[in-house]
Amino acid sequence: MKNKITIIKSSVSTLLVIGILLVLFTSKNSDRYFDIQQLNGNCPPGFKLNEDNECIAKNLYQQYDSPNNQGVGGLQTGLPSVRDGFTPQEIDLGRYLFFDPVLSLDGSVSCASCHDPNKGFSDGLPTSVGFKNQKLVRSAPSLWNVAYLTRLFWDGRANSLEEQLEGSLFSEDEMANTPENLLETLNNIENYKHLFAEAYPKRDKNKDIELPEISRALTAFQTSLISLNSKYDHYVHGHHEALNEDEIAGLNVFRSFVARCAECHTPPLFTNQQLAIIGTPEPDGVALDPGAELPFHDKTLRGAFKVPSLRNIANTGPYMHSGNFTTLREAVEFYTKGRGHAVPEGEDLRIHWHIWEPDLSGVELDRLVDFLKTLTDESFMPKIPDVLPSGLNNAINQS
Amino acid sequence: MKSTLLKIIGAILLLAIGVFLGRQFFSSSGESTVPMPSTMAYRNAGHSGDTTQVAQQKEFSGQIIEVRKGGSIQDAVKNAKPGDLIRVFPGVYSENVYIDKDDISLQGVVVKGEWPILDGKKKINDAFLYSGNGILIENFKIINYKGNGIMGQAGNNFIIRNNWIIDTGVYGIFPQYGKNGLIEHNVLSKIADAAIYVGMCDNVDVLHNEVFDSVAGIEIENSRHCLVENNYAHNNTGGLLAFVTPGLPIKTAFDIIFRNNFVVNNNHENFGAPGSTVASIPPGTGILIMAADDVVVENNIITGNDNSGITIVDLANGDPKANDPNSEGNPDRVVILDNIMFNNGNNPTGEIKALMLTQLDSKGPDIFAYGGGTGSTIRDKNRYRTFGLDNYGPALIANTNDIKTFMLGAPVPPRSVTEKELGEITYYGVCAGCHAFGTTLIGVDTQIIQEIYMDNPQGIVNYITKPLNLREDFPEMPPQNYLSDAAKMAVAEYILAMTN
Repeated sequence: MKNKITIIKSSVSTLLVIGILLVLFTSKNSDRYFDIQQLNGNCPPGFKLNEDNECIAKNLYQQYDSPNNQGVGGLQTGLPSVRDGFTPQEIDLGRYLFFDPVLSLDGSVSCASCHDPNKGFSDGLPTSVGFKNQKLVRSAPSLWNVAYLTRLFWDGRANSLEEQLEGSLFSEDEMANTPENLLETLNNIENYKHLFAEAYPKRDKNKDIELPEISRALTAFQTSLISLNSKYDHYVHGHHEALNEDEIAGLNVFRSFVARCAECHTPPLFTNQQLAIIGTPEPDGVALDPGAELPFHDKTLRGAFKVPSLRNIANTGPYMHSGNFTTLREAVEFYTKGRGHAVPEGEDLRIHWHIWEPDLSGVELDRLVDFLKTLTDESFMPKIPDVLPSGLNNAINQS
Repeated sequence: MKSTLLKIIGAILLLAIGVFLGRQFFSSSGESTVPMPSTMAYRNAGHSGDTTQVAQQKEFSGQIIEVRKGGSIQDAVKNAKPGDLIRVFPGVYSENVYIDKDDISLQGVVVKGEWPILDGKKKINDAFLYSGNGILIENFKIINYKGNGIMGQAGNNFIIRNNWIIDTGVYGIFPQYGKNGLIEHNVLSKIADAAIYVGMCDNVDVLHNEVFDSVAGIEIENSRHCLVENNYAHNNTGGLLAFVTPGLPIKTAFDIIFRNNFVVNNNHENFGAPGSTVASIPPGTGILIMAADDVVVENNIITGNDNSGITIVDLANGDPKANDPNSEGNPDRVVILDNIMFNNGNNPTGEIKALMLTQLDSKGPDIFAYGGGTGSTIRDKNRYRTFGLDNYGPALIANTNDIKTFMLGAPVPPRSVTEKELGEITYYGVCAGCHAFGTTLIGVDTQIIQEIYMDNPQGIVNYITKPLNLREDFPEMPPQNYLSDAAKMAVAEYILAMTN
């Protein structure tokens, strides 16, 4: 019996190896596309397909109102407006592109290299590693619930996912590609020509792939990453047993005006989407990151970063823009160590008024961490493609 | 017949000519009115009515839960259902009460001068935290908390009244993100920021409160349609405030009336936390309007405020923070009607002192305006000592008597979803993680569920609540018992009706 299994296992893996070799071989030498699945015609979970073949976001927060339609408030408050309405095919095409390192200049880095689904769509590093293994200056933000965000990048310089992703694709430090090279690469891969024609059926299927199609598909996939069904959410919807006593105590510290966490990390998304200067420390020997000062050309925004969502925060450490805090405990402790305590000498930052000296006890910090861990929900995890249209190897673990 | 018609037309013509000539000859040319932007109607959301009570649609039909000395208010809240009344008898309760339910009333019972007291002992953060709609909190004495006496995060149709609040940290009463609320007959003192702070709210009346010995008395911030009337604000650093604070998700403050208040001797030293917005308020500030629009100041008694009676500033001068490109920092269309003002500005400080010295005046003014802003007006400017009001035209209204309240005539209704919608959002928001129609994902094909439970939605409800693993080839489903009974039944019906 045991032998039989071993034989099956080894033959399966042999077949796999042969398959991959074949794939690599054919992709380099032939115009024929190999056997890749057709694009998925169903919407991902969290979306309903309408008559126009669009995926429309559906979630339990749609039971609730939101003050002035801003999507900020208390427990039973509606979400901000969502970016939805993509076709299932666009979303699925975006999934292939997202995991495909062919999008980078030398085929070494994919979106998923820094936004790994196994690591909360971040990378587990203090600051990310970009093109040619160079160390970047900021950490990779998680992508869960980006469909609801209107400001992207830590310094808030992009106002749409398209703008953001083109920033990373064509940044010399990140994926180092150029629009011309990217289009040439993809237009020379028959699989992609086929898949784009399927995702964009209204245009001539022999036409070249264009950049807006790439950006739109990647955007479509990213907006499908929805996390709104955590233990905390169960509490919100009225099941008060979902949180234990410690977690509820943490919720109450979180929303109290002593700790003031909820003032900026406002439910239901756990961000108010504003820029804030909180004065977190940089790693040793690193100069102060000017943050939003640069893109906005505004000295009053020196050291300002966008308020990140805290959903799935337990899975996305290390924390802060330069990942200086390894644990959630360290991250929450920062806020009780005094207003501006980590601001370098000679810097005059306009520290946010909610940063003060709340004098939180060790027990309160522990409870805050307990609460933050209730914001985890990855039940709508997308499937990592087994085979990529480019024939390249997926750079991340498939689990 | 014909001649009657001609007579009427003639009369109308004569009247029109009369009006035209009257306007030509009698209109004042000395003072010009400041043009009002046509994009925003003047106090457009005013609501008139005879009552300041929240209209109740329902008769009380809940349970009364009593809490007596030694008991726990929070335990009562845990046991309460929407519609219930919790009555708290005299005693000292050292707890943090949180209310994440709708329509709960908490009522202190004062017996022969003995109050139910919530004592935070300077260790507990907040006395009351609520997130539900329709919360009422009345007749409590609240002392020695670190954060707030009463704080709401969301929650419409709130009533907070008759509370006696001393030294509860940052704020005394602080509803945030609420619509349609009443804050009345509360007495608050020794608060390190605002005694009453209405933050990012709409349609709130603040009536008949006494606020003193605090940094700020009553603060209306990034809120709209608020009436502050008949309050007594004394010995605070600043008495009444209407603010826009930049960097908040809700960006505007407008349509605010300060009417019939006593704003007296607000000369307390500023003990606000460093960095807080109120920490920059100079002692001696009666009323402060910073960047808020369409604020009416009417029939107040504003005396003995040592810096100035009314201060009107833009954000750049009033409170320089990090810029917010989406926040408009000028106070526009402020309206100052008749107010009793004397004895203000006896001991000016800071910028006002410096600016007044440039006018060879050592006293602060009754009314001080500085920085940007357009369309502001004042009635009878000559009776006050003013600075910076050169651009103020004469007021276009004499009073706001038609505005009795800014509260709504009926409670804000909860967002209603039909059973089908509830079923749909539950199916796609929860079930679709594992189930799809016509496909096998992690769990069984929805079509198969349909076949098994045809005409038996309760069967699905039972399964959702307590799944039994029926199939070896599928993983066990976790119970979805956090869904409400209504959502479970709605999703069961929805699944049975699905066609694709």
